[in-house]
Amino acid sequence: MLTLEPRTGNTHLLQTLTPVLAVAITMLAGAALFASLGKDPVEAIRIIFLDPLLDPYSRSELLVKAAPLALIAIGLSFGFRAGIWNIGAEGQFIIGALTGGATALAFYDISGVWLLPLMAIAGALGGFAWAMIPAILKTRWGANEILVSLMLVYVAELLLSALVSGPLRDPDGFNFPESRQFHDSATLPILLAGTRAHIGILITLGISVAAYVALHRHVFGYHIKLMGSAPRAASFAGVSTTTMTAACLGLSGALAGLAGLFEAAGPVGQLVPSLPAGYGFTAIIVAFLGRLDPLGIVLASLVVALTYIGGETAQFTLQIPAAAISVFQGMLLFFLLAVDVLARFRVKYMRRAQ
Amino acid sequence: MSALLSIRGLTKAYPGVLANSDIRFEVAAGEIHAILGENGAGKSTLVKTIYGLVTPDHGEMYLDGKAFEPRGPQQARAAGVSMVFQHFSLFEALTVAENIALGMAKPPKAADLGRQIRDIANAYGLSVDPDRLVGELSAGERQRVEITRCLLQNPRILIMDEPTSVLTPQEVQTLFATLRRLSDQGVAILYISHKLDEIRSLCHHATILRSGRVVGACRPAEKTTRQLAEMMIGLELTRPLPRLFTPGEAVMTLRDLTVPAETPFGTTLKRINLSLRTGEVLGIAGVAGNGQDELMRVLSGETRVPRECMIFDGRQMGHRGPTYRRIAGLLSAPEERLGHAAAADMSLADNAFLTGRQRQRLAYRGFLRTTSTTNFARAIITRFDVRTPGTDTPARALSGGNLQKFVIGREILQRPKVLVVNQPTWGVDAHAAATIRTALRDLAANGTGVLIISQDLDELMEIADTFSVLESGTLTAPQRTGSLTIDEIGLMMGGSTQEAPNAVA
Amino acid sequence: MTPSKPVPAYLGEVEKRTKRDPSRTKRGKTQWPQTIVTLTAILALVVFALWGGLNPVLLAASIMVAAMPLLLAALGEMVVEKSGVLNLGVEGMMIIGAIAGFAIAVETGSPLLGLVAAAVAGAALSLIFGVLTQVLLANQVATGLALTLFGLGLSALIGQPYSGIKPPAFPRLNIPFLSDLPVIGPILLNHDLLMYITFALLALTWWFLYRARHGLILRSVGENHDAAHALGYNVIVIRLMAIAFGGACAGLGGAALSLIRVPQWTEGMTAGAGWIALAIVVFGAWRPGRVALGAFLFGGVTVLQLNLQAAGLTPLWLLVLGLLLFAVNSTAKSLAESTPAHTRAMIPLWIATLIMGMIATTYPISIQTQYLSMTPYLCTIVVLVVMSADRLRANLNAPASLGRTFHRTG
Repeated sequence: MLTLEPRTGNTHLLQTLTPVLAVAITMLAGAALFASLGKDPVEAIRIIFLDPLLDPYSRSELLVKAAPLALIAIGLSFGFRAGIWNIGAEGQFIIGALTGGATALAFYDISGVWLLPLMAIAGALGGFAWAMIPAILKTRWGANEILVSLMLVYVAELLLSALVSGPLRDPDGFNFPESRQFHDSATLPILLAGTRAHIGILITLGISVAAYVALHRHVFGYHIKLMGSAPRAASFAGVSTTTMTAACLGLSGALAGLAGLFEAAGPVGQLVPSLPAGYGFTAIIVAFLGRLDPLGIVLASLVVALTYIGGETAQFTLQIPAAAISVFQGMLLFFLLAVDVLARFRVKYMRRAQ
Repeated sequence: MSALLSIRGLTKAYPGVLANSDIRFEVAAGEIHAILGENGAGKSTLVKTIYGLVTPDHGEMYLDGKAFEPRGPQQARAAGVSMVFQHFSLFEALTVAENIALGMAKPPKAADLGRQIRDIANAYGLSVDPDRLVGELSAGERQRVEITRCLLQNPRILIMDEPTSVLTPQEVQTLFATLRRLSDQGVAILYISHKLDEIRSLCHHATILRSGRVVGACRPAEKTTRQLAEMMIGLELTRPLPRLFTPGEAVMTLRDLTVPAETPFGTTLKRINLSLRTGEVLGIAGVAGNGQDELMRVLSGETRVPRECMIFDGRQMGHRGPTYRRIAGLLSAPEERLGHAAAADMSLADNAFLTGRQRQRLAYRGFLRTTSTTNFARAIITRFDVRTPGTDTPARALSGGNLQKFVIGREILQRPKVLVVNQPTWGVDAHAAATIRTALRDLAANGTGVLIISQDLDELMEIADTFSVLESGTLTAPQRTGSLTIDEIGLMMGGSTQEAPNAVA
Repeated sequence: MTPSKPVPAYLGEVEKRTKRDPSRTKRGKTQWPQTIVTLTAILALVVFALWGGLNPVLLAASIMVAAMPLLLAALGEMVVEKSGVLNLGVEGMMIIGAIAGFAIAVETGSPLLGLVAAAVAGAALSLIFGVLTQVLLANQVATGLALTLFGLGLSALIGQPYSGIKPPAFPRLNIPFLSDLPVIGPILLNHDLLMYITFALLALTWWFLYRARHGLILRSVGENHDAAHALGYNVIVIRLMAIAFGGACAGLGGAALSLIRVPQWTEGMTAGAGWIALAIVVFGAWRPGRVALGAFLFGGVTVLQLNLQAAGLTPLWLLVLGLLLFAVNSTAKSLAESTPAHTRAMIPLWIATLIMGMIATTYPISIQTQYLSMTPYLCTIVVLVVMSADRLRANLNAPASLGRTFHRTG
């Protein structure tokens, strides 16, 4: 029979290899899925994974999709490492877009270079505040942060829908449930003319580097890792569970809020009920695929963004349903968790003595 | 007498360690047979093999001359082999009757079971109430539940794994009476222990294990304790000499400390008063589960108490957390090495940082100083002879003794004003234990107040200057160690100090 | 020098060393506050219904239907958690059950086959979780999330051709005479087959957990998997079976949504019901009767919220209701623990409730429906907070090994 023995030696190499293996297996399984839908599997995989890389505009779109994913996933990764499960990034994303977007609409008649930074702060604060709800309920009353943060996603979606069809509705918009278009000084500057690649991508990169330093070189990161691997040792070391819970949830909320604002003030340019595109949930996959490490997450966000962009192309060239892509992403996480066993354990064949 | 159980050439290897190698011995019906060995000698693997929990790589077992190959505990129990575990295999949130039913192949109806439990209780003096939750029972009561569970199956072989480690001396005597009665009825008993006096007084035969091999067999009653120890350890041990104790100023005081239980089966600390002086080694004895962990958490700062309840170095500090206490010079080492005192998956360097950050200045403005941290870890490893490939090794790769030396050494090297340790030598081999005890005494000799919480009375008699007992969350007033006999201490531990000391045989 | 504690000698004494206040051990002793809160909630529902001009009997019947999917999913998850496993993929298994049941019912024309398919699909999906967490030792939280994400995607993929179709109707099981009884008839005895299956499952689960030997083994595994393993029980197999049962129940719950409650297939139609089921398990403190109660309360909130939208009642009423329940709970609890100081502190809370009630009656503010739709989610949060606040009691009932990975050695 097969048994698993914990690996004792250094597993860094395997840790980096398993996500690659997971992506490869997912491609194979995806090909099987597309074949079962009656599509040419090789063609589908080529369209999803290769074609977007060959086209300059698709490459810029890749960055536009990857940036929010990476930003949210980096925030989540800190909490996931420490055993604090913020599942409601989608809600914090929406609230960030709302508070930031509301700031833009409040200053609709005024323009200035200070407006975008102000919106960014408002967005981050909005996400932060939304994430502090589960944080406070958990630290004060022990309510499960997974369920609370998730419930708040639905609340945030309804709130967005209520506000854009109520107070924030475009007065000249024929009663459509959407806000005014943000004006120029409330829209993120574009990096490359002719694309939608905006300044938020650079900011995301900067935040990734800062997060990497914080995780591996700073006491904060040490405490995060300690809490995740041995909570009682963390409490013995003097790490306050309350503070860390609030910090992890607050940080991921702020980053998700910032990502929400970038989305509203970037590619979308206004507040609409369809603003949340599931980034908050997909970012969970990105965080795990990136091994909960900021640099890994940046790479993982690009891979997952590829499935989005390629998936869109495949939708109208091969008529592959949009849902197939989320199945694809779900499979990716499954395979990742499955092959992870190879990195943590040595699989050994053992014969019974009898 | 023909052998009831015979073990021939059992071998079992785990990655990196040969737990059992060619083990051979025989046990007759009615015999109390000791398996003697240090921690890590392979005793647990051996009995787990007999109980069907571990599949051996090679070797055979025979029961009544017939091949015995249990594929699981259920088969072993069906063949008449029962086992009482060291860490009890009980379920705290279930009742005594439910726990016993779980250990039986075909439990009778609830009412019948209750009656059977009471019958056994009357026959063997193992009084337990079938309807109570196990979580509310003391360690001794839990052991009685385990034994009752075994006896209800009419076992022919009863395995007892370190049964006395959680008992008071009086409870030990009661247990021995039960075991002798079982032996008279023809039940063979495999008695696992490293406590030599117990084995000498109880066991008919002994098989001695060292590093997974049988290194000897004897009739324990015919040997001296010292001879047995040398067979078990393989070389002679030196005991530290008693030292003169000159008490200094009180450096840490607890005043009327009362802490309600935090978990459903926790212990409430009741009005604890304690004073520790510089240069003093204060031992706190007591059976586990009487508030040791709770007291430890209060002293380390993990549980906050009202500020005036604890005075350290002239300052009120009850409300301070671990970090503040470390800076002030109050260091501690909890009982559980992996997971509490050290993080299993983190490297030794990271674990050195765990408590060394403040006093060793291992961080600058929040950024880690990796070189200083590695140097500190290396210093601990060198000074306390920790056997490890390097500072990158994860803590879980170390043996119990080596990790414990690292954990205690980490605190000692930080020159504490007070060091609090809980079970410093529990599950540690004899050499590491001796190193740790000597280090703790040296520390006290240099003026540090040392507080040791331990279940091991011998250990406390050996190194403590003064001595208190923690029982049901209450602490007795301290006594000078030399003034008490083990029997008197045992009675204090049982909570029955008003009885005459010789009331229990 | 010696402690003056009159404790008997060791031999033959069981009563000594009771480390805890015994009143905390006795189950049900400090639970009457919760009973009062529940009664208040039910009473409030009836009052609200009458106020809004709704028929309380029809309302109760529709609450039963609304509670059914939640009850099924929560019951299954409770068994899973009792075995010590935390499966966060309930939402994914529910929606897979919803589409599998719907698709098979439409294709075969038989709602019963649909139910079977839903249970099988839910169990199959849950076994992916089971293999990953029990055999490959993956993190339970992450795997549960993956299950939900995967289930949502897969259901959308399968469900594309099925949106906008009406499923075949269940034969309604009318019991002669009994179904015609006033009040009780329409509420309890005039439902689809699945409702009776649900109640049978509820009774069966209770019997299994507290009366059957295998239920005891299941609980022991959830309590302390190492000890159960040491006694020779196969922890992994027991947990896999519990997980499959949970998956089948969640699948049935999903089918109850798509075939009975709505009845239609829409993408993402569970809309958090699976997560609410998880919260109901916490609310029910891992006990079947209370889990059922929780499901009915949440069904009540959902139905009431829809009816309030229709009746145009203001959401201020919900605030009043929330305050009222909070005040009742706090007061009852402080009375139960007889702390007069706390009881006095309750007076402002009651005054606030009263004032809110007066405001609500005098100022009927109209509000966007989205705010009313938030209620089930907000109620879930409130319930979680209230239930988790009493940590000692929650800890006693929660399976001690919940969410911990079991790794067999040797």
